[in-house]
Amino acid sequence: MTAAIAAEGIRKRYGDIQAVDGVSLTVESGEFYGILGPNGAGKTTTLEILEGIREADEGRVELLGESPWPRNPRLLPRIGVQFQASAFFERLTARETIRTFASLYGVGAGTADTMLDRVGLAGFGSVRAEKLSGGQAQRLSIACALVHDPELVFLDEPTTGLDPQARRNLWDLLRGINAEGRTVVLTTHYLDEAEILCDRVSVMDHGRILRTGAPAALVRELDDKVRVSVESGVVGADALREALAAAGAGDVTVEDDGTTLSASTRTPAPVLSALAERNALRGLEVRGATLEDVFLHLTGREYRA
Amino acid sequence: MTDDRTGVRGPADGAAPDGTAPDGAAPDGTAPDGAAPDGTAPGGDTPDGAAPGGAVPRGAAGLPAARTPAATAPGAPVPGAPAPDGRTAAPTPPAPRDPHAPRASRGGVSAFGSLSKVMVVAFLRDRSALFFVVLFPLMFLVLFGTLFKSASSPHAKVAQVGPVAVVDSLKGPARDDLDKVFTVTRMPDEAEALRKVRKGDLDALIEQDGSGTVVLRFSAADQVRAGAVQGVVNALVQQANQDASGRPPAYRLRSAQVEDESIKAIQFFTPGLLGWAIATGAVFSAALTLVSWRKKRLLRRLRLAPVSAGAIVASRVGVSLLTGLVQTAIFISVATLPFFGLRLTGHWWLAVPLVVCGIIAFMSIGLVVGAVAKTEEAANGMAQSIVLPMSFLSGSFFSMDDAPSWLKGISEVLPLRHLVTSVQSVLTRGGGFGDALPTMGGLLLFAAVLTGIAWRLFSWEDA
Ligand SMILES: Nc1ncnc2c1ncn2[C@@H]1O[C@H](COP(=O)(O)OP(=O)(O)OP(=O)(O)O)[C@@H](O)[C@H]1O
Ligand SMILES: [Mg+2]
Repeated sequence: MTAAIAAEGIRKRYGDIQAVDGVSLTVESGEFYGILGPNGAGKTTTLEILEGIREADEGRVELLGESPWPRNPRLLPRIGVQFQASAFFERLTARETIRTFASLYGVGAGTADTMLDRVGLAGFGSVRAEKLSGGQAQRLSIACALVHDPELVFLDEPTTGLDPQARRNLWDLLRGINAEGRTVVLTTHYLDEAEILCDRVSVMDHGRILRTGAPAALVRELDDKVRVSVESGVVGADALREALAAAGAGDVTVEDDGTTLSASTRTPAPVLSALAERNALRGLEVRGATLEDVFLHLTGREYRA
Repeated sequence: MTDDRTGVRGPADGAAPDGTAPDGAAPDGTAPDGAAPDGTAPGGDTPDGAAPGGAVPRGAAGLPAARTPAATAPGAPVPGAPAPDGRTAAPTPPAPRDPHAPRASRGGVSAFGSLSKVMVVAFLRDRSALFFVVLFPLMFLVLFGTLFKSASSPHAKVAQVGPVAVVDSLKGPARDDLDKVFTVTRMPDEAEALRKVRKGDLDALIEQDGSGTVVLRFSAADQVRAGAVQGVVNALVQQANQDASGRPPAYRLRSAQVEDESIKAIQFFTPGLLGWAIATGAVFSAALTLVSWRKKRLLRRLRLAPVSAGAIVASRVGVSLLTGLVQTAIFISVATLPFFGLRLTGHWWLAVPLVVCGIIAFMSIGLVVGAVAKTEEAANGMAQSIVLPMSFLSGSFFSMDDAPSWLKGISEVLPLRHLVTSVQSVLTRGGGFGDALPTMGGLLLFAAVLTGIAWRLFSWEDA
């Protein structure tokens, strides 16, 4: 069985900037694949090369078993693409827009209207596309990418600018699409989103893929400390430190900022039992590492271009 | 989703090189939200044709559905691993292949149709484009047509004070002829009439003194009219003297104005302004569509759709031809109104193919502009600075007959010059194929060359 996407050593340079620097990746058919990375990491450029609208300087790409570059008309009906910035016709309403895109693929108006409904824009069908709010435009753009029932879907930051409701509705939509057997590749800055949606993610920076794997596996790999916190006041920080030392709990950092008493450790059990013994579990929160920690660990904390 | 969904897959499947049938992996509502009601969703692609129903992508990828529901907000539905078993169920039989071929070609036609529709709708909703392309040139036609309507026959106003025998004695046709040249108004007060002549309200004053001398007093402000009135009155006096002598005249002069036989203002302005209007519409539509579609990333988006560049170009050309022909129809209809009085000659309909070739030529100019310009503003400026000088030099607004020869030389290489001349010839001067065909050929050649240049300069997106 061929992978939906197989890329090997792709590179792309813009003047002095090496936007993509030797990316290799494989996306299995039916997989939900995420590309994460800070601004300017090269996510969009990578996606564009995979889609076949940008030529790589080096490297080899196969999409559904075929080369997407130069423009490959056999592939076009099988892939759906949503750009980071939406691209609509001038002076058309939302419904006219999606119907037009649909007809370019030979898809009827009925299907187009259903898709508009699926992204929650049925009530905005007669609003001009350029007058839609940012999130509505984003949803219209996604609907236009999906209207022809593509096997392979590329979404560049699909949830940027969406409100929490729209974001979660879109997650459901994307999960549904993926569950139908379609391969989905998306880029995102929202780590929770990647964690929830993606089977596998690649963390990218400076044009390179730093790590690829299932989100949970990446988090586990990080082997980060667990942070246990309770309301402060019941137990003092020093008292807890002593108790833990007596119990031989090992490497624990305890802090009290006046509202919250927190303890960071790789072995949370002794901390929890010490707190329980002292009946100090009010406001208990246990927070393990998340994909965000992985991300920050891999890409650092400085600002990006 | 409706039946036409089956049609959706047509082009796609037809285009699949290996002819892999969609495995129909998700035949019915397997989506958690049941959002895919029909059974035509294509499953994961199996190009090698293996295991039509067994494409369990997640399993194949060896990936557990690693999800962390805790991160989801309360109330948000968190479907677990989405019904993997549903995916393996009930493979649909492969779709029959033969109907696909005709559908694929229909795809091309429908792309042409829907892109054309998009452009027509956008044009009709763009008030300022409508105004500048359709109404503005028409206003010029009406304005120029009205202003210069009377200019071709200078009609003078003459005041008559007291009886003037040579005028009063004229009867019947002779009097009508006189009225054609000037209107005579009787005025009682000589001083008042004189004042009006001085002011320019009247062109001349005519009176007769006791001795039989006819006195004509005129203002030299409008020498043409003054001359005309003088000539006419002089002729009248001669005629009267002759009649008084009782002998038949030895010589007669019959004069006729050439303009009446040949060219009236409207005959000149209709082709000229029409050419300008068409050039404006075609250059701007091509240039701005290209620039704004590129800037809005639409060209890029269309490149990812199974739409050929040919369909995009054809629809743009088609819509511009449509607008241009509508413009032509409106222009000719207005100009032939009795008020403007354009009279069409024999092969006037040759103006239609001429206009078509003209539009194609002007669109090629627009394509070059659109390929070079990066923004709409730049395209606007460039287009205007090509169209306006070209229109002046092509005699759209005034005749180039008196222009210096080097300017005439420049105007000879302009497509609009040839279009205007040929349209004028077939529309109002009885010209035929001999006038139209060489121009049409030249316009198409011009278009071919410029389109070639545009193609070399063209880019799908901003670098
Ligand atoms: N057309 C272009 N011309 C020149 N440089 C470009 C071009 N497109 C991208 N770049 C540069 O390449 C680098 C990677 O850009 P890219 O758009 O791929 O990043 P990204 O990961 O998608 O960022 P973001 O999260 O902000 O969308 C950036 O430094 C960007 O400035
Ligand atoms: Mg990007």
